[in-house]
Amino acid sequence: MAYNIGDKIATRDAYGATLVEIGNENENLVVLDADLAAATKTGMFKKAHPDRFFDCGIAENNMIGAAVGLALSGKVPFAATFAMFAAGRSYEQVRNSIGYPHANVKIGATHGGITVGEDGATHQCCEDFALMRTVPGMTVICPADAQEARLAVKAAYEMDGPVYLRFGRMAVPVFFDENYKFEIGKGVKLVDGTDVSIIANGVEVEQALIAAEKLKAEGISASVINMATIKPLDTELVIEEAKKCGCIVTVEEHSVIGGLGGAVAEALCEAYPVPVVKVGTEDCFGRSGPAKELLSKFGLDADAIVAKAKAAIALKK
Amino acid sequence: MEQRRVDELKEIARNVRIGIIDAVHSASSGHPGGSLSSADIMTYLYFEELNVNPEDPQMADRDRFVLSKGHCSPALYSVLAHRGFFPVEDLKTFRKTTSYLQGHPDKNKVPGVDMSTGSLGQGVSAACGMALAAKLDKSDRRVWALVGDGEAEEGQVWESAMFAAHYNLDNLCYIIDWNGLQIDGAIDDVIGPAPFDTKFASFGWNVLSCDAHDFESIEAAVNAAKDCKGKPTVIIAKSVKGKGVSFMENQASWHGSAPNAEQYAVAINDLKA
Repeated sequence: MAYNIGDKIATRDAYGATLVEIGNENENLVVLDADLAAATKTGMFKKAHPDRFFDCGIAENNMIGAAVGLALSGKVPFAATFAMFAAGRSYEQVRNSIGYPHANVKIGATHGGITVGEDGATHQCCEDFALMRTVPGMTVICPADAQEARLAVKAAYEMDGPVYLRFGRMAVPVFFDENYKFEIGKGVKLVDGTDVSIIANGVEVEQALIAAEKLKAEGISASVINMATIKPLDTELVIEEAKKCGCIVTVEEHSVIGGLGGAVAEALCEAYPVPVVKVGTEDCFGRSGPAKELLSKFGLDADAIVAKAKAAIALKK
Repeated sequence: MEQRRVDELKEIARNVRIGIIDAVHSASSGHPGGSLSSADIMTYLYFEELNVNPEDPQMADRDRFVLSKGHCSPALYSVLAHRGFFPVEDLKTFRKTTSYLQGHPDKNKVPGVDMSTGSLGQGVSAACGMALAAKLDKSDRRVWALVGDGEAEEGQVWESAMFAAHYNLDNLCYIIDWNGLQIDGAIDDVIGPAPFDTKFASFGWNVLSCDAHDFESIEAAVNAAKDCKGKPTVIIAKSVKGKGVSFMENQASWHGSAPNAEQYAVAINDLKA
């Protein structure tokens, strides 16, 4: 199964479709949801494999624990709900029931970030990278398009250990072709530049690519790195970019506190300090509105990235 | 059950209790009250009921036990040690920096522990998942979870109760250690989680009760739980907190504190009497 470049598909759709694909060949895959199967797209799996789909009702904490019991009995459970409830409400269940025993549970969290849109602040989780990143042994991934989402779900299924996957609600263009190689823990350089390196993930990769074009038109050479895996971070690539460009801009649909920007800054502070300017939500809650408008309102669009890139360059010594 | 076997189990439980007191005394911390109240139940399960193998703790089709009230690790460790999963002598390393016997059970460190627990309300959900997995595997292995009466104040316990009934997990049994006391005092004074029988019945569970310190009573309830088809069972086990140690019995203050040298001597003397 491959997606056509340019098609607009939400990563959550790829999540649902890929669960079906893996489930067709692997009896040990089981899927749990908390009354959101239509929204998280696990409904596709429910239709294809009703005997291995378990709705837990609006009871996320029990869902996390039930997934652990299944994992400790040899199943590979994917537990789905919105990012707000998976990482937020169930943080302690994730930490103590999944993380501490290092259970082989995959958390498929959809509706991450501000592009949830009209539902507003209570459902716009911009803290999940930060929360999940602090759980020892947890792998944290946020794919950029449907193709990468499919490969990330497959890679999560194949690896042994807990994984937090964040998918988006909004349809985004496919820009990776069927030859794209995804590897957990490896960033991918999409554009090579020398003045500033833009490290982005999720829906922000598209904005970063647009920003790089705009910068190029102004004579500024920008790298664009797709950093789908927030943990473990591809520190080697981050340092390489810091050495080459001398400054970094991180871009994520997440708070500037503790997410991709935090991870990159932590890595560089210890290894190769250069200016790091973060694009993300500025320690604030979201609000209702169409997703695209919110990206602009919260300073997460290409123009905002261009401005932050120039600010980063200005900070270079 | 033959009287001879009852006497044997009583002797094992006596040694299990001595192990509990040794552990918390050596650590100068831990939870003796609830460990002593649940010692007979765990002794019964591990010496009469569970299909487990100390030589192969990860045996695939073994029965599972989840100590959802994870703070009663001294009882679980003592039972596992006496069942042969690790040396009884190691109980004296409980809670020490170099020991594998963590304050709350760690499944990756302690042979025979099926789930890491300690944060209340979470073990029961894992037990539900284990029971569901057994159903998917068409295995007749069973899952037992020991739940604190105070623990039942956690909302997640009731989320799990809804789940287990909905998926007809008749291979799952919760045993509530109903000793009536939690850290802040009597459970009825703190918040009043009881009655457990009508609550679980209304969630669609088969409800049984037993005397937590009478092996024949425990056996009758366990067998009745196994006979029930189509729904999960809860056994409400009436117990005495601190059972077997005179000055700890029915005292909330012994929920989470360890005896000093003088108290230790009295406790061991009580248990050997």
